[in-house]
Amino acid sequence: MRNNIIGLLFVAPAFTTIVIFFFGPAFAALILSFTDFDIYALANINNMRFVGFKNYYELLHTPLFWKALSNTLLFVFIGGPLSILASLGAALLLHSNTGRLNSFFRTIFFAPVVTSLVASAIIFKYLLHTKYGFLNYSLSKFGILPIDWLGDPKWAIPSIIIFVIWKNFGYNMVIFIAALQNVSTDLFDAAKIDGANKFQTFLNVTLPALGPSILMVSIMTMTGFFQLFAEPYVMTQGGPAEQTVTVLYMMYEQGFKWWNLGNASAVAFVLFIFMMMMTFVQTSAAKKWGVA
Amino acid sequence: MNFKNILQKIFIAILVIIVAFPLFWMVSVSFMSAGQAANFPPPLLPKNPNLSAYKELIFSNNLMRYFFNSVFLALFATILSLSFNVISGYAFAKLKFIGREKMFSILMLALVVPAQVGMMPLFLMLKTLGLVNTYAGALVPWIASVFGIFMVRQFAQSIPDEMIEAARMDGASEFQIFYKLIIPNLMPVLVTLALFTFLGSWNDFMWPLIIMTDSSSYTLPVALAVLSREHVQDGEMMMAGAFITIMPVLLLFIALQRFYMRGLLASSVKG
Repeated sequence: MRNNIIGLLFVAPAFTTIVIFFFGPAFAALILSFTDFDIYALANINNMRFVGFKNYYELLHTPLFWKALSNTLLFVFIGGPLSILASLGAALLLHSNTGRLNSFFRTIFFAPVVTSLVASAIIFKYLLHTKYGFLNYSLSKFGILPIDWLGDPKWAIPSIIIFVIWKNFGYNMVIFIAALQNVSTDLFDAAKIDGANKFQTFLNVTLPALGPSILMVSIMTMTGFFQLFAEPYVMTQGGPAEQTVTVLYMMYEQGFKWWNLGNASAVAFVLFIFMMMMTFVQTSAAKKWGVA
Repeated sequence: MNFKNILQKIFIAILVIIVAFPLFWMVSVSFMSAGQAANFPPPLLPKNPNLSAYKELIFSNNLMRYFFNSVFLALFATILSLSFNVISGYAFAKLKFIGREKMFSILMLALVVPAQVGMMPLFLMLKTLGLVNTYAGALVPWIASVFGIFMVRQFAQSIPDEMIEAARMDGASEFQIFYKLIIPNLMPVLVTLALFTFLGSWNDFMWPLIIMTDSSSYTLPVALAVLSREHVQDGEMMMAGAFITIMPVLLLFIALQRFYMRGLLASSVKG
């Protein structure tokens, strides 16, 4: 009995805080998404009405929503795998490299992860500048004409993906390196004795050993790409031609620029549903392949 | 050294340059005179290094204010996180009480809900409480975190039960056990949690952007984002701002890297 009280007393502050400030608002968002809460309701709550599924229905008939959704899915399905490949490549490179400088390299590769997203996005905005940017200058050495990275609808998404990979690949790299270090050297020796070549060893020893890490990393990375917001906010403001409006960017504009909080909540829930589906698909695929 | 080794070293060198160049360039441009970076070819190093970009930020753009806001919020977020998460993480790991498993699995649910979902109602809630545009409002999401509780719980589980039992036999109260025995044993994870919270709060963007409506309460990232929209031409000043925003946490990370990596790997084995 005494134990019960002490235990509950110890967890109560954090637990109630999370219930009040996290679960409460998340649940309220579901309710809010069934209302027409707007700037008038912000002034006087009596102006709010329940409208059922109207917000969701209207979203499906808003071209910008489909644009935002397809942009976000492009980021997730192109940026996600590329980002994981970059991390995996860097991890394999550092893992197989021998030398005293390895931990120094690891620190360098990780550094962008801890930099402020806004600050590094601004750096890239200038590096990608059409006229004075260093990237175009470097490319001009190879005879490539200047590219309007952030202003050309064709290049805006790839540019942001490049930035996100630069910023984040170190994180997953560290996870992969740790996983590689846990692979027993016996396995590699056995593969060698069996006469497996490099590629076979990678396919049959390294990859299966990395399975659980790859699953976790891909869930985290895809989730991250679903939540792009500061990147378009700082680098492109959603442009050019709404090419970089993401679902979260749309939620922010709807909610905190136009104060359509009911509408914004519906956008948030659609995003949530997509993220859950994605996670579900990945975990079941992993189960099927026997890595989790 | 064989061919494969040399190739490997070359790849690593290229990667180091790609990763480090943007940060090097930021530092370099931040010491240029106004307008020097906007030239073709873009200069690599400042012609006569000076602090004019920093002076402009400090004297004409209220930088010290934003810096103070960021430091203040990050420090308080850290203090709050330590005081709320550690004790409950320990209880979830080591104390037996009714509903423990149920409460913990409820908390784990929070990991699948993206934080942005609740932002609209949270804003309305804080508006009703008069906390919009206050430090308190900005700190609300940082008070307790499922991630923090989870991390502390995981480390606390390795404390031997016999040790706690022995202290109980000696007549120590549960609070005494927590302060005198558990806290010292959890020191490394406390550093990790503090570091994650400080960095997280310092680099946070969306929530302070929403809740800090008045420019005098902006944090560095928010101020930087707003300035970069107004001062597109002032590359030197923006790089100085980026430098000031990035450097404190980068140095903190380098100094405490060991603790950071531990937290990262501990939180990544949950799957």
